[in-house]
Amino acid sequence: MPDAVAYSDVTAGRDFLLVAAIVLPVAGVLLSVALGGRHAERIALSLMPAGLAVAVAIAAGVYSSGAALTYNLGGWMPPLGVALRADGISAAMLVTTALVISATALFARPDFGTPDGQSESRAALTFWTLLLAVWAALNAVFLSWDLFNLYVGLELLTFGAVPLVCLDGRAETIAAALRYLIFALAGSVLYLLGAALLYGAYGTLDIGLLAGRFRAEPATWAALALMTAGLLAKTALFPLHLWLPPAHAGAPAPASAVLSALVVKGSFFIVIRIWFYAMPGLPTPIAAQMLATLGAAAILFGGAVALRQPRLKMLIAYSTVAQIGYLFLIFPLIVGADPDDRWSNAAWTGGWLQLFSHAFAKAAMFMAAGLIYEALGHDRIAELGGVGRALPITVFAFALGGLSLMGVPPSGGFVAKWLMLTAAAMEGQWWWAVVILAGGLLAGAYVIRVLARAMGDAGGPHALRATVPRSRQAIPLALAVCALLLGLVPLEPSALLLIGRPEASGGVLP
Amino acid sequence: MSSATLFGLCGAALVGLGLFGLIAHAEPLRKILAFNLLGGGVFLIFGVVARRGAAAGFLGDPVPQAMVITGLVVAFAATALAVALLLRLYRISGETTLPAGPSTKSHADGATS
Repeated sequence: MPDAVAYSDVTAGRDFLLVAAIVLPVAGVLLSVALGGRHAERIALSLMPAGLAVAVAIAAGVYSSGAALTYNLGGWMPPLGVALRADGISAAMLVTTALVISATALFARPDFGTPDGQSESRAALTFWTLLLAVWAALNAVFLSWDLFNLYVGLELLTFGAVPLVCLDGRAETIAAALRYLIFALAGSVLYLLGAALLYGAYGTLDIGLLAGRFRAEPATWAALALMTAGLLAKTALFPLHLWLPPAHAGAPAPASAVLSALVVKGSFFIVIRIWFYAMPGLPTPIAAQMLATLGAAAILFGGAVALRQPRLKMLIAYSTVAQIGYLFLIFPLIVGADPDDRWSNAAWTGGWLQLFSHAFAKAAMFMAAGLIYEALGHDRIAELGGVGRALPITVFAFALGGLSLMGVPPSGGFVAKWLMLTAAAMEGQWWWAVVILAGGLLAGAYVIRVLARAMGDAGGPHALRATVPRSRQAIPLALAVCALLLGLVPLEPSALLLIGRPEASGGVLP
Repeated sequence: MSSATLFGLCGAALVGLGLFGLIAHAEPLRKILAFNLLGGGVFLIFGVVARRGAAAGFLGDPVPQAMVITGLVVAFAATALAVALLLRLYRISGETTLPAGPSTKSHADGATS
């Protein structure tokens, strides 16, 4: 049955926009390497509007047709060929990614620009090239409809993201990058092992075909467990989060923004693809409860540790550990529920809104922290006094992002957490509602701890090490406003995010 | 015991050894070697899958073989990147080990914006 469902739209199969979304940044990477550092910045900046336009065009196409767009590479149909497919969730991810990457590029110009008369630096070339590489890899992950293609996307993402951590070349950041790489490699090799088992059992890795062929048997369970475990290591779900705080806090601010806002979401996206698209109905409610238990532990642990951090960037990094936990609370609310169930769909929408609003809010907060560091020369929270007066726009952006993390209305984080909270309560799983509320309190505590310092008095004139132009402070503010605007979406399951999702999302085995 | 079963068991043993090494050893170099062992096991399993899925007139299913080639390239690049990072770490700090946990001090005054 799902064979027919998944491929009713395959006659289209030639939507070239999907290819453009991947080819544009890849072409940028190749050109940057060929032409060198001075041109890398211009290439990246000129590709941003085009990439953003492609992402918006794909989203508009998906929304207006109400069906997934597909492209069969080389004209070959699966199982022989490999298909690209954009459904509701990939369209929304493409747009979010394009917006955050474009904002990051604008923000990074003073850090990694090469003005005329200045010699090219290796860090600048690396940054612009890898920014495009991360973008290409993320788009490949969002559009691939084949588990092996997803593996390739996942590895490209690792190779793009790891060097971003150690752009400054200090021993601490190199150690952080190495730790990140080892976790990521272990994760992807487990994923690959799962893919091998699935191919051995069913002779295809196409997600649509697999959804129609898989049976509930040990090989499938083993594959699902291996792939999920591997992806959790890359998503930094507690207790596999050890690599994240030093890596995300040690990277330069624009890189931290991309890593925290987008890169960890790439592997989460594949978990969703496997659980609800490739093998719908296979994961049992108990497995989903276990996943959400790890998520709950991440929320409480990440929040509590963030509260104790002496440094701003470490605090924000631990807050990422906590916010990732929320994403996994949606699993028990969806697995086992009727696919048409209103509350299961509310949880689905809530989870995605959490992802999008965290992406915008966290990018804004890391950029704000970067500007504070630039102005003060340090990011010790205890000595932030008076920075609210020196950098009002930056601190305001940080506060707006913080609202979204806490889940205070009006913000995207509020809508997300409210949808999850109601879904948990209505499905009789009240314990997740308690975790969501506790996590909100912790987030409130650590955000206010920073703001109280920043708004307080310095106890003397504040010596700024550097002035930060307002145009630069406006970029984190714009991102934080994006997170806020997500709070205006209606408090109900979103139709866009359900486009292309298989009917059998839980309970019934084929 | 058929050759596919034998190779499958070998692959499983390599995966087990690699996974053990990856978890049990603290030194990055040993972890990198363990990752390669684990990867070797996975590629062997792909080979077994290819052999078992052979159609009439073929020695093996070409699709998993193509995947192994891609996987080898990725594993090779990953190993090179990891070793390069480790060498650089050694040159800068003289250390070949990673700090025991994510210490809050690692992001000390030298941190960039």
